Amino acid sequence: MINYISIHWISHYNYWAAIVIAMVGLYMIIGHNNLIKKVAGLNILQTAVFLMYISMGVITDGTAPIAAETFTIYSNPLPQVLMLTAIVVGVATTAMAFALIVRIKETCNTVDEDELLEREGHQNGNVEEW
Amino acid sequence: MIDIIIDMVLLLFLTVMAFTILRLRDLLSMAMILGLYSLLMAGLFMVMDAPDVAFTEAAVGSGVATILMLVTLTLTRIRYEKKAAGLQWRPLIIVLLTGAALLYGIHDIPPVGDIEAPAQQHVADRYIAEARNETGVPNMVTAVLASYRGFDTLGEVVVIFTAGIGVMLLLGNGTRRYRG
Repeated sequence: MINYISIHWISHYNYWAAIVIAMVGLYMIIGHNNLIKKVAGLNILQTAVFLMYISMGVITDGTAPIAAETFTIYSNPLPQVLMLTAIVVGVATTAMAFALIVRIKETCNTVDEDELLEREGHQNGNVEEW
Repeated sequence: MIDIIIDMVLLLFLTVMAFTILRLRDLLSMAMILGLYSLLMAGLFMVMDAPDVAFTEAAVGSGVATILMLVTLTLTRIRYEKKAAGLQWRPLIIVLLTGAALLYGIHDIPPVGDIEAPAQQHVADRYIAEARNETGVPNMVTAVLASYRGFDTLGEVVVIFTAGIGVMLLLGNGTRRYRG
């Protein structure tokens, strides 16, 4: 449906936005201490990848890939199928991560990564700086 | 033209929301904004001719994931992220380097919407031309998901089953005593 080609200077902006969003997610994963926040970052990174894949399947003046008499150009169904699978698997991963977080909170009474690492270091007799 | 404007506005909102989620320390607000972010992403998929992905993202990404996060916040009784984590240099450098590498990587891939792009050349033509005759389903996404790539979907179901077992093993079936 979208006529992207006719405007050259913005023909890649979907990819730029996907990269910016993915990098925000990546920063949340590696730069924040709170485990819940890390999972939120993982979700954001995932959706950015979905955005990138779906953008690759778009065809100018195409329509949704559902067969109809009045249309001849359809967008590519393959990336959409792959992303459908990825969304569901992503939620399965998220559920697993949250279950782990609940157990960590029960056992260690914290969900902050540096407090957990400190605890682990004390148990092993050495506190590493990282 | 209106499509491009909708597309750009949604992308702008999504970027702003991603940065908001990054900055928020109140985890309940963060869960809400994350749900809204997924809903906007579903709208964007709809604009990009992917209705099936949009449905799934709205139901699963915006619905189930938000509920899971709220349940986690309830069970752990955590409302705020401790101490505002200032700008950390090592993660920031890694993120900027990765972003630069990705930007370098995309600058010569075909523009969005190009019908001559390699992604459009391989099996997609066959799916579009033959899916209705071969499977009897007018929706090509359903045809590919359930018929051509049925084993993929079987694998997906196995992953969900495994995750379900994992969550049950970790949290128990409700009879376990909570020590927290």
